Amino acid sequence: MDFNDSPEEARLREEARKWIRANTPTDQELAGLDYIAQSKLWQKRKYDAGWACIRWPEQYGCRGGSAMEQVIFGQEEGKVGELSGVFAIGQGMAGPTMMAYASEAQKKRYLPPLASGEEIWCQLFSEPAGGSDLAALRTTAVRDGDDWVINGQKIWTSGAHYSDYGILVTRSDPDVPKHKGLTYFFLSMKSPGIEIKPIKQISGDSNFNEVYFNNVRIPDSQRLGEVGQGWQVSITTLMNERMSIGAGGSGANFKRVFDLAQSTYINDRPAIEDSAVRAKLADWYCQESGLKYTSFRTMSALSRGATPGPESSIGKLVGAPKAQEMANFAMDLMDMTGAIRDPELTEQEALFQEVYMAIPGLRIAGGTDEIMANIIAERVLGMPQDIRVDKGVAFKDVPTSASSDGREPARVCA
Amino acid sequence: MNFEFDEEHNLLRDQAARLLADKSDFTEVRAVLEGEASYSKSLWDAVVEQGWTAVAIPEEYGGLAMDRLALCVLAEELGRAVAPIPYSSSVYLATEALLMAGSQAQKEAWLPKLAAGDAIGTFALAERHGRQTPQLIETRAASGTLTGTKLPVADGDVADFAIVVAASDKGDGASLWIADLSASNVSKSPVTTLDPSRSHVQLVLDGAPAEPLGADGEGWALTQKLFDQAAVLFAWEQVGGADRALNMARDYAMQRYAFGRPIASFQAIKHKLANAYVKNTLARSNCYYGAWALDTNAAELAVAAATARVSATQAFYYASKENIQTHGGMGFTWEFDCQFLYRRAKLLSVNIGSEAAWQEKLITAVEQSNLAA
Repeated sequence: MDFNDSPEEARLREEARKWIRANTPTDQELAGLDYIAQSKLWQKRKYDAGWACIRWPEQYGCRGGSAMEQVIFGQEEGKVGELSGVFAIGQGMAGPTMMAYASEAQKKRYLPPLASGEEIWCQLFSEPAGGSDLAALRTTAVRDGDDWVINGQKIWTSGAHYSDYGILVTRSDPDVPKHKGLTYFFLSMKSPGIEIKPIKQISGDSNFNEVYFNNVRIPDSQRLGEVGQGWQVSITTLMNERMSIGAGGSGANFKRVFDLAQSTYINDRPAIEDSAVRAKLADWYCQESGLKYTSFRTMSALSRGATPGPESSIGKLVGAPKAQEMANFAMDLMDMTGAIRDPELTEQEALFQEVYMAIPGLRIAGGTDEIMANIIAERVLGMPQDIRVDKGVAFKDVPTSASSDGREPARVCA
Repeated sequence: MNFEFDEEHNLLRDQAARLLADKSDFTEVRAVLEGEASYSKSLWDAVVEQGWTAVAIPEEYGGLAMDRLALCVLAEELGRAVAPIPYSSSVYLATEALLMAGSQAQKEAWLPKLAAGDAIGTFALAERHGRQTPQLIETRAASGTLTGTKLPVADGDVADFAIVVAASDKGDGASLWIADLSASNVSKSPVTTLDPSRSHVQLVLDGAPAEPLGADGEGWALTQKLFDQAAVLFAWEQVGGADRALNMARDYAMQRYAFGRPIASFQAIKHKLANAYVKNTLARSNCYYGAWALDTNAAELAVAAATARVSATQAFYYASKENIQTHGGMGFTWEFDCQFLYRRAKLLSVNIGSEAAWQEKLITAVEQSNLAA
């Protein structure tokens, strides 16, 4: 048991480290560029040197490398790697789906600029009526000659306003059970009839959008998979989503709360001397350590060329609630000033207040805590799926919030 | 990165799992729990025959001189089996204390016997309720004899000798002693504990002959170091038990029907067991860290041991109690096996100090090493 790289890994790490040191954009290069332009600058530079989308095949201008090589490059990339965030959905989810289902000509056309960051992709899956129950989506696709005509609404679309292309799941047949009536496409986000509206979150930020489709036309050649096979194609996308959404760096970690406990006081003594504070810190330390060494186990499997075990699926389910608890506790340590969100007037530039307001989103995005628990129970522990009342029922006959007879749903309380 | 057990350890794990499944199903645990015997002699003999009592002992003392990772592997399987034998007392504590602090003569006297299973050792620290500190130890040494009462002492009725922590006027306030438990000034009375599948006694030393182990006034530091090492092995036992409890709960939920469906299809059950899986996984990964630190005697051992210990204690408690809950009323009956894991979970969680004590140790160790995860 050791933490060392194999000789090949060490060589690659050294090569990556040297290249990153020599090529990280300077402040002058980044000056005057917006975040997207900065991201594109770094991504193109990586692509030209063979460091973008390391696992993708050489025919798309990439390295055809291993998962371990990708992990090593990511570790070395460090802070500047944050500039890759805007490409994560396209490269992590759309790319693998295109690779599995697009034509050769389409792959040649779309994958290289996706890898190089010259084109950004977004994911058009969630809908107001289809979140955890994604297959309940209602955006319609109706065949018209060589085209499909799309109408409906998507929601929670990250980066829709700066994306060039999107992957889209639609309902093409409401007369069959919900999983069977879906069809999957990709389309230009500049298509006529697309309207994008930012969503304002409880944090006050706007990281997501609503996307409206009003008679948007997509050529049938941009369909991925067969008509009615959209669910299977979506599974390919979602399998890759889970690999690309990690623990979710929220910024609130053991070290931050530990530091705060040294600068705040309980009964005239530093809070760190209080045994209740120490017990909480110990539990968070154990959780962070557990996640860290779980990822080491995952990397060890990757390092010997094996598929990681299911243990790699727990990151978000542990990390997001932990960050929320830490933020909540940290504000209590500040006591009456805990409510202050002005970074000038509070501890650690309002880190904990910001995390408190942002973390509810992370507990929902990419699979809610509850869905993640279902996935562990079903895929890891082999427990059966819940009984589904909509199973085998034509989608149009499935009860919904505004139930099929047009009445409001029953209210639990007034 | 090679943060995994190697082929040799995996082979040992398979052997251990096979032997324990064969020799120590829950029938054996039940036999000890319900019967007069202090431990399962047949299982102990099999364990000795396999050389598991000799694993970490150097060859010159008749041992197998394997690494501590092998002990981790065995600990997990023994924990999974809820093994009713004095393994932790004799191997993790008595043997390791001798290896750590024993003189050449002491090692020669005891290690070959421990390796061959001709002697069983134990460790005697606790005297009273609450966290034991050197200042609160009342057992005293005088002219090569010990006087005091230790309660409870695990496996004290079957052990040939005990490493006893006695008060000292020197150094850190404590010293270790090796006491022959067959001496006439030693009396042992059985103590009823939460887990009768492991015997415990009240040990009364009334001028009992003993010889010092390590330097006078260094006994507390030695105990802490010994417990840090042992904590990793206890944690592996706890992880093994937690895994067993989760599997039992899952298997039962799959075959138990209520409201016309397997209860494993209810989210209330699925989420409970998914939680157990998460806790077990975090604990297991921390145990890997502990195993590495133990095996390499790393500077981080205190942090790694406490991390493994706290998370494994929490995982086993959660899995064992929710295993009963998943079984419903049947899980609360004497005839079902859920009780063995629930009992063992609590016994292991206090055996070398409570969860709260290890939380405190963890933060103290983090402060001292200035490490952050």
